[in-house]
Amino acid sequence: MKRLQHLLPGRSGWFWLTLFFITWALSHYSWDLYKALDARWIIKYPSAYLFKAESLISHFMQWLVEDATFGIFTFRELTRFIAALIEFPYVFMRDLLIDGFSVGLGNQAVEIAPSLSWIAVIVTLTAIAHYARDWKLAALVGGCFLYLAVFGQWQSAMVTLASVLIAVPIGSLGGLLLGILAYRVPLFETLLRPILDLMQTVPVFAYLVPILFLFGFGPVAALVATVIYAMPPMVRVTIVALKGVPSEIRDVGVMVGCTRWQMMWKVIVPAAAPTLMVGVNQVIMLTLNMVIIASMIGAGGLGFDVLGALRRLDIGGGIEAGLAIVVMAIALDRLSQAFASRSVDTHPVNPDRNLIGRHPWFATVLLVAICTYLLGGQSAIVQTYPEAATVSTGTFWSGLMGYMNVHFFDTFEAVKTVFLTYLLLPIKNFFTGIPWVWGIVVMVLIGWRMGGIGLAMLTGTLTALIAMVGLWDKAMITVYLCGVSVLIASAIGIPMGILAAQNDKANRVIGSLIDTLQTLPSFVYLIPVVMLFRVGDFSAMIAVVLYALAPAVRYAAHGIRNIDQQLIEAGLVSGCTPRQVLWRIKLPMAIPELLLGLNQTIMLALSMLVITALVGTRDLGQEVYIALTKANSGQGIVAGFAIAFIAIIADRILSAAANRVRRNLGLER
Amino acid sequence: MKMHIRKFVAATLVGLGVTGAAFADAESQEPIKLTLHDWSGQLLTTTIMGKVLAEAGYNVEYVQADYIAQFAGLKSGDLHVAMEIWETTGREAMDEATATGNVVNMGETGMKAIEEWWYPSYMEEVCPGLPDWKALNDCSREFSTPETGSMGRYLGGPVTWGGFDEERIEALEMDFEVVHAGTDAALFAELESAYQRKAPIVLWIYSPHWAPTKYEGSFVKFPAYTTECYEDPSWGGNPSLAYDCGKPTGPIWKVAWAGLEETWPGAAKAVEAFTISNEDMGAMVGEVDLNGKSVDEVSDAWLAANKDTWSAWIAD
Repeated sequence: MKRLQHLLPGRSGWFWLTLFFITWALSHYSWDLYKALDARWIIKYPSAYLFKAESLISHFMQWLVEDATFGIFTFRELTRFIAALIEFPYVFMRDLLIDGFSVGLGNQAVEIAPSLSWIAVIVTLTAIAHYARDWKLAALVGGCFLYLAVFGQWQSAMVTLASVLIAVPIGSLGGLLLGILAYRVPLFETLLRPILDLMQTVPVFAYLVPILFLFGFGPVAALVATVIYAMPPMVRVTIVALKGVPSEIRDVGVMVGCTRWQMMWKVIVPAAAPTLMVGVNQVIMLTLNMVIIASMIGAGGLGFDVLGALRRLDIGGGIEAGLAIVVMAIALDRLSQAFASRSVDTHPVNPDRNLIGRHPWFATVLLVAICTYLLGGQSAIVQTYPEAATVSTGTFWSGLMGYMNVHFFDTFEAVKTVFLTYLLLPIKNFFTGIPWVWGIVVMVLIGWRMGGIGLAMLTGTLTALIAMVGLWDKAMITVYLCGVSVLIASAIGIPMGILAAQNDKANRVIGSLIDTLQTLPSFVYLIPVVMLFRVGDFSAMIAVVLYALAPAVRYAAHGIRNIDQQLIEAGLVSGCTPRQVLWRIKLPMAIPELLLGLNQTIMLALSMLVITALVGTRDLGQEVYIALTKANSGQGIVAGFAIAFIAIIADRILSAAANRVRRNLGLER
Repeated sequence: MKMHIRKFVAATLVGLGVTGAAFADAESQEPIKLTLHDWSGQLLTTTIMGKVLAEAGYNVEYVQADYIAQFAGLKSGDLHVAMEIWETTGREAMDEATATGNVVNMGETGMKAIEEWWYPSYMEEVCPGLPDWKALNDCSREFSTPETGSMGRYLGGPVTWGGFDEERIEALEMDFEVVHAGTDAALFAELESAYQRKAPIVLWIYSPHWAPTKYEGSFVKFPAYTTECYEDPSWGGNPSLAYDCGKPTGPIWKVAWAGLEETWPGAAKAVEAFTISNEDMGAMVGEVDLNGKSVDEVSDAWLAANKDTWSAWIAD
């Protein structure tokens, strides 16, 4: 009897079961209901009551880019001014790294000084790496950039590096300042939070057209879009970091009589620096994530190579350029992490030595730069890596792809059919069948159950808004595609994370796999996936799963690792088998982290939608993409907001759930 | 008066065979910005135009830009010339832009965009009677997949390309279902995959493009397109529905920022005069995409072989 009771759901279990059952029934019979009652509004939001947000936003945008004015100057002149401010350092960086300094415009330009030679760039980065940590890191970073030269990606890689070197400081500094403001003024933080959510979740394609109008065409607009996308984590990290500075340090500041300015910049920010560097690291990674999309609007570089190669179906070329992005990301990631953990005594310098002795890195770099500059005039090899010595693996990849295609296509097809029939299609029918009214009710109920009346209001309103702008069907397809992908990503990722947390060797392998998947532009594997699985939802799902896997793995590993050792020991002492330790102690204790991982998995899955639209899905991502190709900024922004709303709903509900679990486990302080 | 003399000098120089650097002097030395996209054909047309303009003494700059998003730049004057706007894919964006008055249509490039259902030639053994569309329909089962059930699967272009394929299937009562590819990269990825396996496929292909050169195959023959076919349901085999015919072929347009004419009148004329044939372009695209030559090399070769043609564009 007791055992039976254990199997029966508790009170909250009944709530969820009933909710699911009603939803299922309504979804299944919605069509019959509509026919029986002759009430078409059940399945389709009545078009007479549509909220015409599209044309409103289009008009607002038109006003903003054409007529908005501050009296002395227009809004557009302001943004053009900002663009010019950004363009100056960017052009300098490009000239320095690859183009060479020249006077004049277009094809009448005359070169007055060459760019840094490839040798000088590699030496500089190696020296920075050695300064940040040790020779091991220096070898890694130097090796990564040498790879770029050897594989013939140097030219494009430097163009990409130039935009990274501009976007990252702007994103980091901007994020830092916004974070400080939010830290000082709590009201600002409350206002900022939803804006940050939107910046991260509205797909870039949605606001691309207005950005091009405001910031002009070319690399600067791409930089602005990149910064908008990459800055939010820096703001969030800054707020957390500043709040995390121990009050003792602050007290010392007060005691020695710091002014507010000194307090912030000499006490609090330096004390928070290691955590802040984590934010910088995030900005770097997200900037590199944007490389492909930025190249679509004129940033050029490696992203353009990937796109161009794949349009020619040159899969090898696409993979090589894609891997070059990965390699660059790894080098910059490790470098910024080393700076995050660098201590003052990494390389003690004797202050009595002469100028060169005190600055060995700078001196080396300067020496190499001057030497290569002088030699570069005489020998082309010093200036640019010789093309004859580049290596290409292009034919290997294309050959491999062809072999797989010819020999294994039928197997893939069979697997795909099983997935489609038993997983994708039933879930799709379930979600697309839900009548919109009931959908809103369900979201209110879930919000109320997880976080009380406030959350219920939020989730209900956002869901209703999606229905009111007439995007209900597309939103449901989005939820279905993301839902299935997140389910599969979690099913693969969480076990991988658990394995990585308990086994060092596995950790290393899984870690590098995850790094690669996150920085390799998804377009690179999307095209081979299409070759093997055809155009359709299944291909889209694979791409989303691959991209969204990383947080599931990372948070699971992190959650398991961070469990209080005493708890595990207590379990072992009371005679738990390793299996019991995992299932009864580690996993339940890691649930809050797992939920956060789930949250991030959903965010990444949603951010992939615009990319999967390129293989023909019919969801909100496609809506954004269509809006872009029709230059309809209203349609794009509305669809973009709908995606953001789904993300925000998921985020708030899961955060509330994580908090509840944490309280129940007694982890909350 | 001054202009007159300059024109005279320019004419003499051209007459002497010293093309360039002359009549552009009177015009702005600001660089003319030409947009580059991500397919080789467009890179070739733009590079040829750019080299011709440079020859005429203009300052030229190439800017990487998205095919549709570029209109934002053309309207504001950030970008100046776009060499390939396909009737079939860019019409709406082009109309929207020209309606503002800030963008002008610079006429046809001379290339015709052909787009139609296409099948690889090994399908002819399976479906005797091809390229007739009725023969295709008779063996529609060969093209079926699990997703489309007993219907044949026709891989259409991205939704944004339009094309009325759903309507065509309905009107001609064909047993096919349209599956839309999201980009043309996805479209050709599937073709490559099917071609390697000699698997059945029928899909949307357009020309000029490298695919009809690389793969052996033909366009399906539908009843020929007429405007009445699209507008008048009673026309054609199906008396009650429109679209019971093939797709129209459309020109590829050139567009420019409205200020081009004023700032660089000579350049505007040259852009307007630019024409190239489908055959020339198809051959060049093949050189670049299939034989691995660079755009620079191939465009130079064309310029060398067609000196008379392009000199006329900048002769004044």
